[in-house]
Formats: sequence, C-alpha cells, structure tokens
Amino acid sequence: MTAGADPIFAPATRVFWRNWLVYRRIWYRSLFFGFLQPFLFLTAMGLGIGSLIGRNTQAFGAGVTFTDFLGPGLMAAMAMQTATFESTYPIMNKIQWGRNYEAMLSTPLATRNIVAGELGWIGFRLLAVGAIFLTVLTIFGITRTPWALLALPVVVVTGLGFSSNLMAFTTTQQTDIGFSWIFRFVINPLFLFSGTFFPLSQLPGPLQAVAWATPLFHAAELTRGLVLGRLDLATAPFHVAYLLAFLAIGIWLADRGLARRMVA
Amino acid sequence: MPDAPSEALVRARSLTKRFDAFTAVDAVDFEVHPAEAFGFLGPNGAGKTSTMRMIACSSPVTEGQLSVIGMDPRTQAREIKARLGVVPQADNLDQELTVRENLEMYARYFDIPRHVARARADELLEFVQLAERANDQVQPLSGGMKRRLTIARALINEPELIILDEPTTGLDPQARHLLWERLYQLKRRGATLIITTHYMDEAEQLCDRLVVMDKARIVAEGSPRQLIDEYSTREVLELRLPDDARSGLDGQLDGLADRVEHLPDRLLLYTDDGERALDEIHRRQIAVESALVRRSSLEDVFLRLTGRSLVE
Repeated sequence: MTAGADPIFAPATRVFWRNWLVYRRIWYRSLFFGFLQPFLFLTAMGLGIGSLIGRNTQAFGAGVTFTDFLGPGLMAAMAMQTATFESTYPIMNKIQWGRNYEAMLSTPLATRNIVAGELGWIGFRLLAVGAIFLTVLTIFGITRTPWALLALPVVVVTGLGFSSNLMAFTTTQQTDIGFSWIFRFVINPLFLFSGTFFPLSQLPGPLQAVAWATPLFHAAELTRGLVLGRLDLATAPFHVAYLLAFLAIGIWLADRGLARRMVA
Repeated sequence: MPDAPSEALVRARSLTKRFDAFTAVDAVDFEVHPAEAFGFLGPNGAGKTSTMRMIACSSPVTEGQLSVIGMDPRTQAREIKARLGVVPQADNLDQELTVRENLEMYARYFDIPRHVARARADELLEFVQLAERANDQVQPLSGGMKRRLTIARALINEPELIILDEPTTGLDPQARHLLWERLYQLKRRGATLIITTHYMDEAEQLCDRLVVMDKARIVAEGSPRQLIDEYSTREVLELRLPDDARSGLDGQLDGLADRVEHLPDRLLLYTDDGERALDEIHRRQIAVESALVRRSSLEDVFLRLTGRSLVE
C-alpha cells in the first residue's frame, strides 16, 4: 500500500473549500438560527422551568441556578446535534444521490482526503456554532470565567466524535431509513439522559452507569465545568481521554467505511 | 498495424474483476494506443463499466495485469488519475454549484492554479457551447447540456486519456448528435478516447477500433469495418412475415442467404445482395408483411457473435 505516501491534508483542503463555496451563500441563515436556538431554549426552559424549580437547586451545585446548569449542557448537546445533521443526509447525498464523491474520486483525491476534508469542514462549523452558543451563554450571564473559551475545543472534539462515527454508519447505508432509527434511539435518548437537563445523580443507579458510558455525558461535564469555572480537575482528564478515544475510533471507522463503499 | 507494446496507453493482460463469486470481467486482453478512439461495445452487464472502472482506478484489479499511461493502478492511482478525464455514466455534477464553479472547483481537485482554472473554464465552456449558461445553476440544464458540462469538466486537467462511459445514454437524438460532433472534434485534436456503449451507431460513428464484450469476455476485436466484413455480409434483408406464415416456412428460404437469423419479430437474411434475395422471395410467393434491405451494422456482428441482439 502506498496510501501512507499520499498526501492527506493538502488535497483535503479542496473538499473543505468546496463546502465553503456552497455555504457562503447561506452563512447568514445559519448564523441567525445559531443564535435563535440557544436563545429560545434558555428563555423557555431556563426562565420558564427554572422559575418553577425556584430555590430547590442544591443538586446543581452551590450557587448554580437551573439556567446555569442547563446552558453549558445544551452547548454540548448542540455539538452532537450539529454533527449528527451534518454527517447523515449531506454525506449520504454525496455518496449516493448526488454522487459528488464519485466525481471527486475521479481526480487525484482519495477517500482519505474526503474524510479529512469533510471532518475539517464539520469541525469549522462546530467551532462557529460553538462560538455563537458561548456568546449567548455570556449574554445570559452564565459564563463565569475566560476559561470558558476552552469549551470550544471540547465542542469541536465532541462534535467530530459523533460526526466521524455517524459518517462511518452512513457509509454502510443504502437508504436514509437508518437515520430516523439513529435519531430516535441514539441521539434523542442521549440528549435527554446525558446530564444536559438534570444531574445524573437524579437517575436510578443502573441508568447512571449507562449514562456514564455515553460520550455526551463527558462532554456536558467538561463544558459545564469550563463555562461555570468549576471544573473538577480529578475527573477532567478522564472525560477528555474518553472523547479523544471516541473521535479516534470514529476517524478509523469512517476512513475504512468510505473506502469500502466507494472503491469496490 | 499494432504499435510496439511500450507505446500502448492502456494495456491489459488477463485482466479480471470478481465480486465475491461473480466474475464481472474474465481475463480480457486489450491495448489502447495514443490518439485512437477505442470502444467497448456490449449489452448491459457485459463487463464494460467494470473494465472502465479498473482503468479509472476506482475499482481494484482482482487479477491479471493492467497498465495505464505506463503506470500501475494498484500503486499509482493518484498519479494516473491526475492525467485522466472521466465522464461517468450517471451525471455527478455538483448540483449546489453553478456551471462555472463546477469547472473551477474540479480544477482545484487537480491542484490547478486558480487563474489557469479560470482561463480553461472559459475556453471549455466555449467548446461545449455553454458559455451563456456559465453563471446558472446546474439543476435546470437539459440532459444534453449536463452531459456536455461533464465532458468539459473531464477536460479541465488536459487529460492524456479520456474515458467516457455510455456518453449518450438517455439523450434525445439531437443532443446525441451535438455530443458526437464535439467528441469528434476532440478526436481530431489528437485526444485518446475510451468509450463504452451499447449503441452500435455510436460505436460506428466514434470508434477507430473496438472490442465486443459479452458475458465478461471479449468476443471480437477490430475496426467497425473489419468486424462487419469478418462477421457479417455486406447487406441484410429484414423481413416481417404474417404470424401464421412463420411456422409453415420450412425450407422455403433455402439458398436465399448465407445465414438466416430468426428474431421474435422479424427474420434477418444475410446476403451480399439484398435486392436479389427480395426478388427471389417474391418469385417464390412467400407472404411478406414488410421488407427492408440495409447495410450490415455492428448490431449484426453482435447478433452473429452472441446469438442475441444488443439492445433488448
């Protein structure tokens, strides 16, 4: 195999650039929705539900309101959702419906360049929506420290972890039927039970163990710790290691999956 | 007039492609020489596209040898692809980009500098007669325009070898003729073309030399003229008979033609003089619904070689 000798990143920038060409026509739309979504969530849930919870906030931690607890958790969940959307239908379109990858592979690009370029692009999108989210959190007065900026790489790594693994899944699908299965049975449960809306300590023991094993929980712990300035330095390395491993496995699977799908 | 082997642009020896138990291409040998238009003619499923995909480095060779522009697709796919132009069977233009962006973006995949890409895009849009549509979206273009744009895109890297997989399938006759005319221009400029098709008229129009494929194998090779001379007669008499007349035909056609093919809807009488055979039919008072004398085509070659017609 000479794959190791072939360049990976320079050709991948072309794939990134192609996505930018398409995106630059609609960037303001995604900027708008990027602001709107956290704004609506924090207003409805934070102020609405938060006022019902009132002073009963000891489970969130000392001096942490429900909105404080919710905001950074939503930020991690947003990374997952952005990545999920970007790695299912658009990738399927380029594999199967629009056949973009077939066209790219008739040029010096290889499947590995495509995987790198797409993940680079999704990483950029995650950084952008993450920055918007952090801005909204700051407007709501949730951000306590400049260390909150470190939540951005957490968002990117978390999102890319989901993205690469879902991209690998997408390479195995012939239709989009599997996607709704993934949304219902993987993404939605993670969204609800990974410590985004309430601390895991509120769950029965066995469910807590399950939640511990999922990537979104680790991302939520990190973003919350960084944004609120109360990161637990004892557990943080473990969370980071978990997310990096999740990403590494995803990259390996996506690379293998796309090669198998496209070069046969 | 086979060239020395070293001059072949593509050379295949016992080239084989298997998908699990299914053999798509079964030990084929062929050579494509510079500046020729080389065709793969055969029905759907004959192995044409699999062969093309191996040449284009988008499908690994299972067995045998293949060299493309003097390189090995197994180890030099990237280098080979840099010098190929590929026109796929199904359109895969970028629907989210404009006509011009499709060309300029594709040029970037080849690492062609921007200003060169821009100049080539201008020139190629002119060549495929799409200059006025340069800033339009791809979606509303007609099938013929999309195919022409795909050809322009395949030329953006000034390829040494252009691979066209069923270039006119699905196009209306006018669009086909315009496309043939453009491909003919390319040929005149000295381009090397590899074309797959299941249209015999396309093969006759465009190909200097071709191989006929059937069931994963090459069954004949030569120029269209050579193949017709070798495997068919000069003329063909096509007869349509009334339904009831066909069964009671025993022996009545003896001596009329070199060979008779019985198709479901008509009879084909292979003879060097179709008119004379037709006169004889009338003289023998055989009931005929309609009759047509025509020159032999590659369709007849295919029928002779495989016992089946090309386009079912």
